Amino acid sequence: MKKLLIKFSSEITLKGLNRKTFEDTLIKNIRAKIGNEYHIKKEPGRLYLDSYTDEVIEKVKDVFGVIGVAEADVVEKDIESIARAAVEQLKSIPNVKTFKVQTKRGDKNFLLNSVEVSTKVGGIILNNIPEINVDVHNPEIVVNVEIREDTYVFSKEEKGQGGMPYKTSGKGVLLLSGGIDSPVAGYMMARRGLEIVAVYYHSHPYTSERAKEKVIDLAKQLVKFTGHMKLYVVSFTKIQMEIIEKCREDELTIIMRRFMTKIGEKIAIKEGALSIITGESLGQVASQTLESMYVTNNDINMPVFRPLVAMDKIDIMDVSRRIGTYEISILPYEDCCTIFVAKHPKTRPRLIDILESEKVLDKDGLIDEAISGAEIIEIK
Amino acid sequence: MDDLVYFDNSSTTMPYREVIDEVTECMERYFGNPSSAHRLGIEAERKIKTARERVAKLIGAIPQEIIFTSGGSEGNNTAVKGLISKGDHIISSKIEHPSILQTLEALEEEGYEVTYLNVDNRGLINIQDLKSSIKDNTRLITIMHVNNEIGSIEPVNDIIKTVRGINKKTKVHIDAVQSLGKIKIDVKKLDVDLMSLSSHKIHGPKGVGALYIKKGLILKSLITGGGQEMNVRSGTENLPGISGFGIAAEIIGAKLESERDNIFNLKKHFIERLYEIDKISINSPQDEFHIDNILNVSFENIRGEVLLHALEDYNIYVSTGSACSAKKSNHKNYVLPSIGLKPCYIEGAIRFSFSYSNTIEEVDYTIDALKKILSFLRRNKI
Repeated sequence: MKKLLIKFSSEITLKGLNRKTFEDTLIKNIRAKIGNEYHIKKEPGRLYLDSYTDEVIEKVKDVFGVIGVAEADVVEKDIESIARAAVEQLKSIPNVKTFKVQTKRGDKNFLLNSVEVSTKVGGIILNNIPEINVDVHNPEIVVNVEIREDTYVFSKEEKGQGGMPYKTSGKGVLLLSGGIDSPVAGYMMARRGLEIVAVYYHSHPYTSERAKEKVIDLAKQLVKFTGHMKLYVVSFTKIQMEIIEKCREDELTIIMRRFMTKIGEKIAIKEGALSIITGESLGQVASQTLESMYVTNNDINMPVFRPLVAMDKIDIMDVSRRIGTYEISILPYEDCCTIFVAKHPKTRPRLIDILESEKVLDKDGLIDEAISGAEIIEIK
Repeated sequence: MDDLVYFDNSSTTMPYREVIDEVTECMERYFGNPSSAHRLGIEAERKIKTARERVAKLIGAIPQEIIFTSGGSEGNNTAVKGLISKGDHIISSKIEHPSILQTLEALEEEGYEVTYLNVDNRGLINIQDLKSSIKDNTRLITIMHVNNEIGSIEPVNDIIKTVRGINKKTKVHIDAVQSLGKIKIDVKKLDVDLMSLSSHKIHGPKGVGALYIKKGLILKSLITGGGQEMNVRSGTENLPGISGFGIAAEIIGAKLESERDNIFNLKKHFIERLYEIDKISINSPQDEFHIDNILNVSFENIRGEVLLHALEDYNIYVSTGSACSAKKSNHKNYVLPSIGLKPCYIEGAIRFSFSYSNTIEEVDYTIDALKKILSFLRRNKI
């Protein structure tokens, strides 16, 4: 009999009294993906599925908090049965030259301790498979034996997404553009368990409907990991026009960024969120200098998460390819940031100057109007 | 849909009600394979025969000279690749449709020699240039009848006469996708060898078109198989599409004469009223060298794409004459630079393209919308 063994992050198991909540959320998130018809059994640090398909394996791997999955043989609680399964598994993998056996004994009533089990099973493997050797330091294959209430043997483990179960670390508002960075930032924070509400700034008629479609497609890609997501589409045209009309050209970008972050904060408050997430990477463009970040941050009172701040563009692109947002991000539709750029934006804005410049704008009025007119899309 | 103002008819057209009915009826009743031996097959074949007669009639061809294709691009590809063989020289122009230009570029990579004729500021090729380009091994001249961006009408009559006098082996292909149903075409008088047509530009279904192949001319087929369409284009026929195309051809053939004055007046009125707006440039004036269905206008220092989206708010649909973003290099406009338009005008080019059902009222409504939009867009520097 086979079961799907799901390993989850040790961070979850260390949560003390909250552990149950974390595990229950993980199970709920897995259920949301694979449906309710599968029986999920809970053991310390492990979940087990009695029945599963290849599609289920793929889905479970993408649930945040799952660090790995393995198809395990459930065997009788005796050395012969354990060894038989181990030999079968090793034989099914072509050209294995080295292995080791690693045993966890949860059931302390079992006669042998974990080292003795490993030694015995290893010996039987050596006797049954010619030309195979033990290598305890760098084996090609690790045969895992887990003796718990039931006894499991597995040799092939597939990596999961890791991280923390979605929605176990609070909520944040992601400033989502059509670019490469912001979806990656959203993914990284969601992977740490943060629930995401996304905001997209639309500048009709300066940006096309296709740019908005592209952002919806990006959100849909993120939803493959998170299950669902709320997307605010905020019309930004009027704000941009006011800034362009009344402020200095080289301050357009920084003032726009301050508006975007401030709107993000207001939506966060409305949504019961406590953080803002952006895809900024230090020094990537003019608005992402430390001075710019300082001036943007000054306007709001909640943490701004910038998970990409210390990443190189090339590494960000690697993640975006891995999570499937890259191909969408590189479609050539402009967003509001690429249309409204000064030739030489200030790279070292001073807070005192920007505050002075903003005085001519009815900031609160513009922001309230933008938020009240926002279109809210439930992405599933 | 009532207050929709559709001025993007050179991109595609709204199908005629009769076409929709025909397509539906064909799908419901004439689903037989035209190659089948039984009654259903014969009924389906009869449908295609009728459509072939209708399309042939529109351009003065005999039905046997019409091959149904998947559209203009396939017609263009078949005409070029089906005709030429190693060592041939081809002449074309710089403002052809991508389905010609990309095909020719690929052939150049294979070693074929291609001459691309320049166009003047009206978008017209020069007959003297053509004359001096024709060589002993010139096998094909492929030129569009009407340019899709600015509506220039190429001198196809003169082109063909010139070619005939110089090289008897040279064949002429005309891409008539934009002129069909707008300019009276008679392939016999024109003495053309090959001509591409498209259904969806004349209110027919998409995914269907035709290639006129002069009797006696043999083309290699690009798609081999069951030998349909006189062995030029294998594959079970797109019967609903083809039959719908036939209906569209018949309807537009009747309108071609009767509606000519209306469309002339529409463009005239539009241009007159456009002069009420500052800083514009008409890239396709009303003269004998430009078709009345296309009006290409530049709005100085405005991004065409932004204007396009702003017009959407008024339920007015147009095309930009220029690529909106530099990143989209494969869609970069090459026609407007070819006629010598300045960059600040290329950015802000809009193409209004009309069908026979557009009205003067729609033009007036559009002018009002343009005035409102431009006063908004022009209040700032961007």
